[in-house]
Amino acid sequence: MLAYIIRRVFQSALVLLVVGLVAFSMFSFVGDPIDNMLGQERTQADVERLRQTLGLDQPFVVQYWRFLEQAAQGNFGQSYRQGRPVAEIFLERLPATLELAFVSGLMALIGGISLGIFTAIRRRGTAANLIMTASLIGVSLPTFLIGILLIYLFSVELGWLPSFGRGEVTRVGGWTTGFLTTSGIKALILPSITLGLYQMTLIMRLVRTEMLEVLRMDYIRFARARGIREKSVNFHHALKNTLVPVITITGLQLGSIIAFAIITETVFQWPGVGLLFINAVQFVDIPVMAAYLMMISVMFVGINLIVDMLYFAIDPRLRVDRTAGGH
Amino acid sequence: MTDTPVLSVRNLVVEIPTRHGLLRPVDDVSYDIEAGEILGVVGESGAGKSMTGNAVIGLLDPPARITSGEILLSGQPIHNLGRSALRRLRGKKMGMIFQDPLTSLNPLLTVGEQLSETIREHLDVSHDQARKRAVAALEEVGIPAASARINSYPHEFSGGMRQRVVIALALCAEPDLVIADEPTTALDVSVQAQIMALLKRLCRERGVAVMLVTHDMGVIAEAADRVAVMYAGRLAELGGVREVLTNARHPYTDGLMASTPLASAGLKRLRQIPGAMPRLGALPTGCAFHPRCEYAQDRCRKDPGPTIDSCDGRAACWFPLATDRKEEAQA
Repeated sequence: MLAYIIRRVFQSALVLLVVGLVAFSMFSFVGDPIDNMLGQERTQADVERLRQTLGLDQPFVVQYWRFLEQAAQGNFGQSYRQGRPVAEIFLERLPATLELAFVSGLMALIGGISLGIFTAIRRRGTAANLIMTASLIGVSLPTFLIGILLIYLFSVELGWLPSFGRGEVTRVGGWTTGFLTTSGIKALILPSITLGLYQMTLIMRLVRTEMLEVLRMDYIRFARARGIREKSVNFHHALKNTLVPVITITGLQLGSIIAFAIITETVFQWPGVGLLFINAVQFVDIPVMAAYLMMISVMFVGINLIVDMLYFAIDPRLRVDRTAGGH
Repeated sequence: MTDTPVLSVRNLVVEIPTRHGLLRPVDDVSYDIEAGEILGVVGESGAGKSMTGNAVIGLLDPPARITSGEILLSGQPIHNLGRSALRRLRGKKMGMIFQDPLTSLNPLLTVGEQLSETIREHLDVSHDQARKRAVAALEEVGIPAASARINSYPHEFSGGMRQRVVIALALCAEPDLVIADEPTTALDVSVQAQIMALLKRLCRERGVAVMLVTHDMGVIAEAADRVAVMYAGRLAELGGVREVLTNARHPYTDGLMASTPLASAGLKRLRQIPGAMPRLGALPTGCAFHPRCEYAQDRCRKDPGPTIDSCDGRAACWFPLATDRKEEAQA
């Protein structure tokens, strides 16, 4: 098991190195930064000097290594647009995105798994069929449209909930939170639904399919043949087996909640990293874009690693040593 | 034996409504199993063997359902019980053993968890007592170091050991009836004999009635006391294992026996039954076996299918084969 984890960590590092290369090459593909930094009035000597101080005269590999070194220390350079360290801007914006992702992820997980179980157990019932039909809407409507519809209904027509921003936030150490004020919580509702709805329907349909599959297995029949009560058959015997494949997809989905937050954050003008990224793209703010790319990939790789370890916790078949395997 | 039989199936009919009409995978089947007796149920795939077992234990997959007939467990009717009443009987009064030990155990629960849960479901015992009983159940089916193995997961056992665990699970709440659906089909030959010996021993020691569903004539010959031969949903022949196997009266049973390889019979070419069993939706008129029967006559084609009761009480055939045929040949 330890060897497996070490191998996975090694693989993860490799993935990050490749993504880092992509992020780094953005700098050279999108033009010479010297052009942006020095004005029209410049001499060749100025250019050479700046190139030397920035280390741009070094070979590509050396430059890449320095980029990685800096990135590992959390230094992604200065934002072209705001003229402040990128890391500082990210830390400022991150709580907004993480809180939004947390709430919508939780909603997607709880709602998705329980609705999935329900529709699998009562697969011939009217309620289950209604939910399945409704879930098609969740899967097929684009996120921005759901957001706009929600804003129209709850902000414009009913006037219950704010249509943009985070509401009132409280500072707790370096973290800004919207959980502590009523306006902060109210502001969270619509964006969370918008962001989580798609994931919820996806998890629900996945759980349902897996559960139906598991309920057909021999060991479920055997459990029934032993007179195990239906509740235990469904929630003890079947659910555990359902969760193994569900965890992979769900884990990746939670990662994409943060990545897809870009759209939701734009619709609701949510001051998170997604909105920061969109603005950075408009202004070709490459250090911010590169940092965003790195952040998302670190997150996905991290989630993947956690998912793999969760397998060990759930499935005993993976826990045995490879040499002493059952078959 | 004057006691009420443990299981008594009376004129059981199972039907499946389909778009093309009603199918009858089990049609007018009757038999008894006494305590301590093993009844072998044989037949080709689709003959209704497993369906009969599923009907008895109340696990027919809808839309299949019992439409007429009776199932009596120790004299009590169980075919008309509600779902939860039936559930309480399963495991406690009747157990079931499935074909494939690799898939009949939940891979994510330890053997002990699965045993304890079943025991506590049916017997009013504490957690510790259930555990002790679980260890005892494993010991009884011949699992070495049972008290240590109880914390193992199914994948840590070999196929034969897993089938022993399955048997322990089916028997841990001490049922009176066990339905064993092809219990050895998925196992190695050497392990098959061990598992059959185990089943036989448990049946004798505990006085359990066993319904042994199989298509393996060798298993029947070795383990069963009586045998029921099924063809296209109906009983073709029912009788003591020795009589039926050595002196088949139904031409189908005779054909089955002739197509079973026997070491003692030397290297003679095996006889085959021509053709295949008809699909349930396209049963021939008259006796369902007549298109494949070498002795078929006009009556077999026209008259409604014979039943055991309407014939000689053993074979559902208008023209049963002579009783002393084989004995003459052997003499």
